[in-house]
Amino acid sequence: MNLNATLIAQLVVFFILVVFTMKFVWPPIVKALDERAKKVADGLAAADKAKADLAHAEKKVVEEMRKARESAGDVRTSAEKQASTLIDEARAEAGRIIAAAREAAEGEAAAAAQRAKEALRDQIAILALAGAEKILRKEVDAKAHAELLANLKQELQ
Amino acid sequence: MSSTAGHAPTASEYIVHHLTQLNTSGHAQQNVIDWSIINIDTVFYSVLIGAVSLYFLWRAASKATSGVPGRFQAAVEILVDMVADQAKGIIHSAESRKFVAPLALTVFVWIFMMNAMDLLPVDLLPRIGEMFGIPYMRVVATADLNGALGMSIGVLLVCIYYNIKIKGAKGWIHELFTAPFGNHPLLYPVNFIMQMIEFLAKTVSHGMRLFGNMYAGELVFMLIALLGGTATVMGFVGHVIAGSVWAIFHILIITLQAFIFMMLALVYIGQAHESH
Repeated sequence: MNLNATLIAQLVVFFILVVFTMKFVWPPIVKALDERAKKVADGLAAADKAKADLAHAEKKVVEEMRKARESAGDVRTSAEKQASTLIDEARAEAGRIIAAAREAAEGEAAAAAQRAKEALRDQIAILALAGAEKILRKEVDAKAHAELLANLKQELQ
Repeated sequence: MSSTAGHAPTASEYIVHHLTQLNTSGHAQQNVIDWSIINIDTVFYSVLIGAVSLYFLWRAASKATSGVPGRFQAAVEILVDMVADQAKGIIHSAESRKFVAPLALTVFVWIFMMNAMDLLPVDLLPRIGEMFGIPYMRVVATADLNGALGMSIGVLLVCIYYNIKIKGAKGWIHELFTAPFGNHPLLYPVNFIMQMIEFLAKTVSHGMRLFGNMYAGELVFMLIALLGGTATVMGFVGHVIAGSVWAIFHILIITLQAFIFMMLALVYIGQAHESH
């Protein structure tokens, strides 16, 4: 427990070590620590930004989905509408065709009936003439009584 | 143990021998103060330990990256961060911190490592020294009053430097005569004496606290070694139990003393920045 010049030596060593630390040890470590702190802060900021971007994208996806669903509905509605229009048109066309066919058939039937009637009338006139010929064999001359027969034929019409 | 062969040393001889420094005079120092003598063992161990400690710190610093740190780098970073936080809390000038924070780190690591030499078996290095013809050796540089006071005087010089730097030579001298009691001619001598006592007390208590703790710890290790030296079953068991308990407790003391020395250095230098 004596004092001697060791004290001075220790004092000098002390300052040499301090200066060494100050020049070569402290600055690189503190620099690395500061840089790492900055990196971590940047990383956290980037993570936050990515999270916000993700939320934004999800929102956009939902919006797009809604739009797609809407337009699909529109397409279906218009298709149904078009189909029903086509059906209606077809139905109307069919009605028209049926009506025309019926009209034609009726006309034809009427014409046939007319023809039959005329044919019948002719034959009745011929039959009546034949009958009358038989009855009036001599008295009736076809030529002399042609006017009469024509009148009769007219009446039968 | 004793270099005088022929008889086993008594307990008192053993202790005295272990507490004798290896100095340039070749024998134990006679006077309390003798500036012509240097303790070779203290200088050797403090320089060696300082160089080795700083070599490892420098290795960590030169490889330091801002990427993922290895375990060693992380350990050094934790240490640096701890010191930087403490310095930031006490020294408010960022300019001063560029010097004071590394000073605190150096002081902490150096003193911790020198204190840790206490945990080596007390006879190990001195005995090896004796084999090479070195008669005395004390391995704990902080258990030498010169070592501890040398560092505390270093802190005192830094305090004086900052007193002059921050307050100016005139401002500091003015403060020496007017604080703490006030600016009155009658109070100048009282103030000055108080200031001198304050500086003396700070520096002496700063160094003596470290020295006292380490010296006492070393002495207890020697007493425990004496117990084992009795070469009896009781002595052996006592040595193992007491030695383990004291060594484990000493881990706390060496760390705590290094930390206290560093904190007081910061506080004293911080005081030099403040005007009364």
